Amino acid sequence: MSRIAARFERLKKEGRKALIPFFTAGDPDRASCVPLMHALVAGGADVIELGVPFSDPMADGPVIQRSSERALMHGVSLHDVINWVAEFRKTDTETPVVLMGYANPIESMGLEVFAKAAKAAGVDGTLVVDYPPEEAEALVSTLDRAGLETIFLLSPTTSDSRLKQVAELGRGYLYYVSLKGVTGAANIDIADVAKRLERIRSFTQLPIGVGFGIRDGKTAHAISQVADAVVIGSRLVQEVEAFPKDAPDKVRTFMADIRAAMDAGVKG
Amino acid sequence: MRVYDLPDAKGHFGPYGGVFVSETLISALEDLKAAYARFKDDPTFKAEFAYELKHYVGRPSPIYHARRWSEHFGGAQVYLKREDLNHTGAHKINNVIGQALLARHLGKPRVIAETGAGQHGVATATIAARYGMECVVYMGSEDVKRQAQNVYRMKLLGATVVPVESGSKTLKDALNEAMRDWVTNVENTFYIIGTVAGPHPYPMMVRDFQSVIGLEAREQMPEMIGRQPDAVLACVGGGSNAIGIFHPYIEYENVRLIGVEAAGYGLETGKHSATLCAGRSGVLHGNRTYLLQDDNGQIIETHSISAGLDYPGVGPEHAWLKDSGRAEYVAVTDDEALEAFHKLCRLEGIIPALESSHALAYAAKLAPRMRKDQILLINLSGRGDKDMHTVAEKSGLKF
Repeated sequence: MSRIAARFERLKKEGRKALIPFFTAGDPDRASCVPLMHALVAGGADVIELGVPFSDPMADGPVIQRSSERALMHGVSLHDVINWVAEFRKTDTETPVVLMGYANPIESMGLEVFAKAAKAAGVDGTLVVDYPPEEAEALVSTLDRAGLETIFLLSPTTSDSRLKQVAELGRGYLYYVSLKGVTGAANIDIADVAKRLERIRSFTQLPIGVGFGIRDGKTAHAISQVADAVVIGSRLVQEVEAFPKDAPDKVRTFMADIRAAMDAGVKG
Repeated sequence: MRVYDLPDAKGHFGPYGGVFVSETLISALEDLKAAYARFKDDPTFKAEFAYELKHYVGRPSPIYHARRWSEHFGGAQVYLKREDLNHTGAHKINNVIGQALLARHLGKPRVIAETGAGQHGVATATIAARYGMECVVYMGSEDVKRQAQNVYRMKLLGATVVPVESGSKTLKDALNEAMRDWVTNVENTFYIIGTVAGPHPYPMMVRDFQSVIGLEAREQMPEMIGRQPDAVLACVGGGSNAIGIFHPYIEYENVRLIGVEAAGYGLETGKHSATLCAGRSGVLHGNRTYLLQDDNGQIIETHSISAGLDYPGVGPEHAWLKDSGRAEYVAVTDDEALEAFHKLCRLEGIIPALESSHALAYAAKLAPRMRKDQILLINLSGRGDKDMHTVAEKSGLKF
């Protein structure tokens, strides 16, 4: 069983939901990446989505775009990110790590080379924002062969026929983008999300994470009532941006609050 | 004659093109694809488009025999397709009218656009005024500074110009920002992309609207000289004017197609925008195409004296035309383009855009080596009024 599947199974037994933080590797600086990953786990993360910086992050809002720019100023490359995962794995062999980013750095490295290097480093999956299922066949088959999982996005506007396609190609879990727009946007409508998730579940058994618009314990708790996982990105990156000197501490505290809110009412 | 029918149903030109966007944009693109399929052969839509091109833009644009310039070379005869005479001064308006009409038919009251030099922004603001639409133009803050006149022009026309502060603060960042606006406001907003790049169906749709250039030329050349030209030349940034004149000639295998990119300070300096000459395949702005990128797949900053060619990607159909060998792509430097600019001013009384001057500059290399009965057709994609301050500064003058 893959690390991702094992984690979701364990959570299910415990009656808990997954907490999936996202941050950009190399922000605020190169030395912080691995400590930040450990801090997230200490704060209650179940899966880490590690952002690979790209010069043109078209699907992201200003917060994540700025974090990408900071990382690129430090010269962070896909090679670096893979190496940091390998370092993280020296002391944490259980927490799944998903690389999240854009197609070009991966294509530039070459799909095969990327898949082998990522697997060897202990990466579990990949979410390539600008590879919709229509263009992802080569990626999925290459990652499948390497034993890596391909995570896909779903949106409020994804049609039934495409839901079916994504359900077939998707591995690990699906990531439901709960809002139209880019990352870091405002409000989230829980009832609406619940209705969409019901529809999505009629097509797939995969766990479903919900992200975009989750900013505090209250929304995280509400989402955890209906989803299998809560993804938190822009709000977390804001912490890193605001407190570059002691980012790991801040991030751990922030995560612990979210974790507590999500677990509230769960019997131990 | 081989039949050319690209792109395929998924928007691919060989390995290039496609739909490389986030899931959040897919349904908007599918709606656009369906709408374009419905209207492109619709007689009413076609009649409206033709009416606007004739009465508002002033088409057909003439073809002009540049006799004195040709004599100066002592070789091939050079003809110019005068897109510079269009309303708003360039070919950009052809495509903008097509897309704005589509927006009207879809009931979208708001149009957005990205712009580099401001030409596409001005064309979009113009049509938005003509049709009474709300218009928002995204422009890199660096470009806002460099192109103050065009910014003012857009504002005069009633558009809102939003300076983009992210990344390199130029065209590619404006494009990112316009995409973000579109994802967020897709219900009431139509995104008018200015070149043959972006996700499918944009490269195909923009090409179709710009093909009026080549379709006219294909009629005009036999009327003027009894045959088609030996070669067709056009400058290539994103590549919309080039594809507009190339596409109707693709199946005319005796006609050479030559795209001219911006070599900036020289290809060897790394400061250029010659994507097809010096780039490699990658994924940016929704399509797979040639890109200027570093070893890690990050997009690098480009340079050209002409803001309209200053883009790190290129339309995917050009990538395919290059790989398939049907078109040739070359590059000329800032200085070579400037020299051609001045020559055309002095010898023909035509002030060309700096973008178009790149195509002129390559013709200046080619023509002297050709016979006097050979014919070059150059797409003079725009006029140079907008470039006065750039050229004057190069000559040490300041207004």
